Amino acid sequence: MSVIFLSYLKAFVVGGLICLVGQLLIDFTKLTPARILVAFVVAGVFLSGLGLYQPLIDFAGAGATVPLTGFGATIARGVRDAVREYGFMGILLGPLTASAAGITAAMIAGLIVSLVFKSGDKS
Amino acid sequence: MVKKASPPSKIAATLPGAFLIGGLICLLGQMLIDGYAALGVEQKFCPVAASCTLVALSALLTGLNVFDNIAKYAGAGTLVPITGFANAVASPALEFKTEGMVLGVGAKMFLIAGPVIVYGVAAGVLYGLIIWLFGLY
Repeated sequence: MSVIFLSYLKAFVVGGLICLVGQLLIDFTKLTPARILVAFVVAGVFLSGLGLYQPLIDFAGAGATVPLTGFGATIARGVRDAVREYGFMGILLGPLTASAAGITAAMIAGLIVSLVFKSGDKS
Repeated sequence: MVKKASPPSKIAATLPGAFLIGGLICLLGQMLIDGYAALGVEQKFCPVAASCTLVALSALLTGLNVFDNIAKYAGAGTLVPITGFANAVASPALEFKTEGMVLGVGAKMFLIAGPVIVYGVAAGVLYGLIIWLFGLY
């Protein structure tokens, strides 16, 4: 029980802290939300490439995989696995193979939502 | 040029919301990971399944006009997690529905997600080139 609680606590704190970094970037720089998203994914690729992100995933679970840095880490891991398996072609195959589920889910969910709902009265 | 200092009270107000809601979303993600594992989903796919669930949930809340109301308080708390990516796809898809299914929904859903994918993939290719050239894989 306490093990589960601890894993939830770690996910909460680490995930919250990563979002806090994003909020500080919004508050103290002129970065737009789109740039923040790009920056976090690219940062995730490089942190993962340097071997710094996997330890955070091992420690915090969803606290590290749910933020977009985790999406970047998924891309990096996909590239590494694909290069290992396919050599040079893996460079081209890896990035989208690993991130396919997230991108496909977002596309299909966005499509369904646009079919079902009407563009809202912005409340 | 004189840099206009933002009022510190306002900045201090954005931080707890980002931390709390961002943390809670990740906590929910962890619950989903554990839940999928309990349902017998293969261990390596649990985080992906959890993220995709959060994506679907975010798209739904975007459609219901609830997402923006949460995002108002959360700031980066909803933007930085995968929920921000899902909202960035669903929101313009819905908004540009009036411009048709092809150039409205189909094209505009990549308004923000497009750059994210382009630069994410570009960073991945650069990383791939480096590890391939130096045999670091």
